[in-house]
Amino acid sequence: MIYRETGQFRTSYAEDQAIFRLRQDRAGIAVILAVAWIGIPLLADDYLLRAILVPFLILAVAAIGLNLLLGYCGQISLGTGAFMAIGAYAAYNLALRLPGLPLLLDFFLAGLVAAGIGVLFGLPSVRIKGLYLAVATLAAQFFADWAFLRVGWFTNYTPSGSVTAPPLDIFGWLIDTPLEKYWLCLAFACLTAILAKNLVRSRIGRSWMAIRDMDIAAEIIGIRPTTAKLSAFAVSSFVAGGAGVLWAFVHLGSWEPLAFSIDMSFRLLFMVIIGGMGSILGSFLGAAFITVLPIFLNQAPAMVGIQLSTAMVSHLEFMIFGALIVLFLIWEPHGLARLWQIGKEKMRLWPFPY
Amino acid sequence: MAELGPVLEVLLGGLMSGVLYSLVALGFVLIFKASGVFNFAQGAMVLFAALSLVRLAEWLPFPLALLVTVLIMIAVAWTVERLVLRPLVGQHGLILFMATIGVTFFLDGFGQTIWGSNVYQLDLGIPSTPWFLFESLFPGGILVSPVDVFATVIAGSLVLALSIFFHGTRIGRALRAVADDHQAAQSVGIPLNQIWLIVWSTAGIVALVAGMAWGSKLGVQFSLSLVALKALPVLILGGLTSIPGAIVGGLVVGAGEKLAELYIGPLIGGGIEYWFAYVLALAVLLVRPQGLFGEKIIERV
Repeated sequence: MIYRETGQFRTSYAEDQAIFRLRQDRAGIAVILAVAWIGIPLLADDYLLRAILVPFLILAVAAIGLNLLLGYCGQISLGTGAFMAIGAYAAYNLALRLPGLPLLLDFFLAGLVAAGIGVLFGLPSVRIKGLYLAVATLAAQFFADWAFLRVGWFTNYTPSGSVTAPPLDIFGWLIDTPLEKYWLCLAFACLTAILAKNLVRSRIGRSWMAIRDMDIAAEIIGIRPTTAKLSAFAVSSFVAGGAGVLWAFVHLGSWEPLAFSIDMSFRLLFMVIIGGMGSILGSFLGAAFITVLPIFLNQAPAMVGIQLSTAMVSHLEFMIFGALIVLFLIWEPHGLARLWQIGKEKMRLWPFPY
Repeated sequence: MAELGPVLEVLLGGLMSGVLYSLVALGFVLIFKASGVFNFAQGAMVLFAALSLVRLAEWLPFPLALLVTVLIMIAVAWTVERLVLRPLVGQHGLILFMATIGVTFFLDGFGQTIWGSNVYQLDLGIPSTPWFLFESLFPGGILVSPVDVFATVIAGSLVLALSIFFHGTRIGRALRAVADDHQAAQSVGIPLNQIWLIVWSTAGIVALVAGMAWGSKLGVQFSLSLVALKALPVLILGGLTSIPGAIVGGLVVGAGEKLAELYIGPLIGGGIEYWFAYVLALAVLLVRPQGLFGEKIIERV
């Protein structure tokens, strides 16, 4: 009854091409943004900001990166963690070796480095696809793990192998409280979401989707598969690299190569599958789900009075993640985002469904 | 240039660990050939089988424990086929692949929940003292671990048995028919579900053998599951559909990474065993996408 397009006429092309065409959607997103920018900072305590919201936002950015590649271009990647690591270490080295480099420029250049290496490891996608590509991207993961562990130059020869990010100073504004970090991550998440949304509605995004749906047919209608696939790798790695910088600089502060291991790659893959392949909203939903579930699993048994060992909890987490992946793939391959879509359809007809 | 003796020793050790990779890769190939599913869960199955065997052997006589483990692996195969593959029949290969990643996580968690997550010793009664061969030819001889020799023998006989099974029996012929074309096989009366159950069970038993070999070498623990990641480049190298390819690929990767560690490793910081196989596979992919022995992939609209 409330959620309905009745009476809203789109009279210009600009209105017709808007991301949120319904007044209700615009109101909804305005409320969400207001809560995220103003409401949460007023209410949330430091723990919530530091341990849940900041990681959630950063992982959502990384999930958008993977989703552009997997959900929109159909190229599987098991090496997202590696591209995050490349971004993080590139930013670290740039800041270290070029003192005085503005932080935002540092982030941007690190993203470009990740994009370049992403294209390099995406090159096999021109000749191979699917399962073979999964192995090629795994190669990126293992190579990055090794390089950052063994090649001392990347870590500036620190004996422990762990490196510390420089202070976050953006145009003289020192970001050090959890709240400021949250705002920074939120800004990046909003920016990435808008850019990604518009990218997938543009020519290049549509060429990715054509490749995903059927690459040979796409080639016949005049899309260059090489350009489309490699641009998807570049953009995806750029976003993942940026998320890696945030993860390292803002969330962790100091880190070692283990922070970006294959676990991270799988975790991001799960976010995309559970959240919804080919959906920007889904990346956020998936990231929220995967971030909150382990915390919930840690606390829920204690609440109902069952004591579980930490090993048991981690095994249970494995089982639940695994089962959820299979269930989502069987029942709702388009993930939580699709469920939300169905909910909206139902809302349109409510209270008189036919 | 190093002495010939140590180089031969490294080469031999590499070849034998290559056989172990082949054992895992074999399970992948079996399932991929028969059902077109790239079963990422093979590594988890290796871990699960080894864990079951070790824990059962604690209170059952070994042969009985082995038998029960085989039954368990068949049950696992049946469950996966029934609950995961059947609802996803006809889906894109990528979806099936991701589903098996889900199965991997589930099996890893489940196995450690019921069997525990410590490091268990698997004692197959093989002497652990290394043998020295050709002591008359080289100073000090060549050091060989009996476990590796055992694994090589097992892998060899397994491959022999599998090729007899595939080429000499009725079921084997049906398996090859299914691998060729699902629909055609079904239309001449081959029961697909049964065939898949057989294949998955076979892969489960191969996983058990691999788990025994790896488990007696490294101890039965979670890292066994990661062995599968080492087997992936082997597959790519040998071709996804070829059993001899899995063996040759394993040998090439095993020997290659040990020799690379010996010759190239010191130049760039060592530890290159970690990624050498992957980069090798990547290079092969760029030149020959179907692998050394795989069938050429032809696609039409």
